[in-house]
Amino acid sequence: MANDPMKQFEIAPIVEGPQLGPIDTTFTNSSLWMFIAVFGVIILFGLATGRKLIPGRLQSLGEICYEFIADMVKDTTGPEAMKFFPFVFTIFFFILFANLLGMNPWAFTTTSHLAVTAALSFFVVGMVFVMGIVKNGLRFFKIFAPSGLPFIMYFLIVPIEIISFIARPVALSVRLFANMMAGHVMLKVFAIFIAWLISLGGVYWAAAIVPVIGTTAIVALEFLVAALQAFVFAILTCVYLNDVYHVDH
Amino acid sequence: MAAETKYAEDAAHKAAEASGGLPQLDFSTWSSQIFWLVVTFGLLYFVLSQFILPRIGQGINERSDRIADDLDSASRMQQEAEQAVIEYERTMSKAKAKAHNIAEATRKSIDADIAKEVEAAEADFAAKQSVADERIAKKRADALSQIDKVAQDTTAAIVQKLGNIKPTAAQLKKALGAVKG
Repeated sequence: MANDPMKQFEIAPIVEGPQLGPIDTTFTNSSLWMFIAVFGVIILFGLATGRKLIPGRLQSLGEICYEFIADMVKDTTGPEAMKFFPFVFTIFFFILFANLLGMNPWAFTTTSHLAVTAALSFFVVGMVFVMGIVKNGLRFFKIFAPSGLPFIMYFLIVPIEIISFIARPVALSVRLFANMMAGHVMLKVFAIFIAWLISLGGVYWAAAIVPVIGTTAIVALEFLVAALQAFVFAILTCVYLNDVYHVDH
Repeated sequence: MAAETKYAEDAAHKAAEASGGLPQLDFSTWSSQIFWLVVTFGLLYFVLSQFILPRIGQGINERSDRIADDLDSASRMQQEAEQAVIEYERTMSKAKAKAHNIAEATRKSIDADIAKEVEAAEADFAAKQSVADERIAKKRADALSQIDKVAQDTTAAIVQKLGNIKPTAAQLKKALGAVKG
């Protein structure tokens, strides 16, 4: 392995695809791991679709996941938003699997790339915007002007609300990508530090135990972050979807 | 092969250009990443929303329906059981009342029978007693009437023995009548 902690994020082509206008369809290690994550989710939940009255373990797992996301959508947005339930479910498990698969050695963490998280985030916010206008017409723009304020306040509040709306996809994408990247860089730096201490030998060899413990702790932390960031992304999607249904917030 | 060399050249070129910049900010890879993200995410969304999630949801709904049905039928059965208990108690109390009536009637008829028998026995006894009384009275009268004759005969015999006189019947009767008072 290379000593550059950024090397793990390099996109390496596997099969070159045709250039479709501005779109490069080259199949890369990132694409491969996206497929692995997607097939992982499909296989897991494909096996979990039992219809038994008393569920087995896999069926229980499937139902727990189903109800976890369904409750998230219902509690955050409301039962009328259940038509977005498959979308939130896909978001959560795509990101969760991408994050967790990225924890494996030699795996590529697709969600550590801004391109992926930005595309997801802009799609979520764009979808909220389009669905909001489809559902509420021009009334949707009331989300920028909460009712019941003194008139003069609108000159302050409306720009703030607009900026915060625009900041949503940026915050959403940077949060996920930065968390995943920072964790992996930190792991790599600690690991390189271990190798470096061992190569020095002598007392340093014994001192390598400190970064070993540190790395182990960070691995545990990164598993937490992997799950937590998927959850944060999914629940923020629900929070944003709330605007589609509740213009007067 | 060509792809790799092309990318290797590109990478080398970019590395020199960006001097160790983040691979994430290498915008030449963005379109490929986003293209495959759309493909894979779309595939996952399609499979989950069309096949997998409806089946899991159906499983959950079927179970909750089944549980609701079972609870319904359980409460219905409980009601039926309560109804049956009420029915049973009513039948039981009716039967008890009937049994009580029958016992009462039987007791009354037996009492009446006993009273009748006792009456009949008493009547019989009274009849028999009166017959016996009559017979006793007759026997007594007979006996008494015999006594006069025996007394006359005895007196006649004594008088004959003592006085050697043979008294007449009239004399005897008179004498004895005086004794008798």
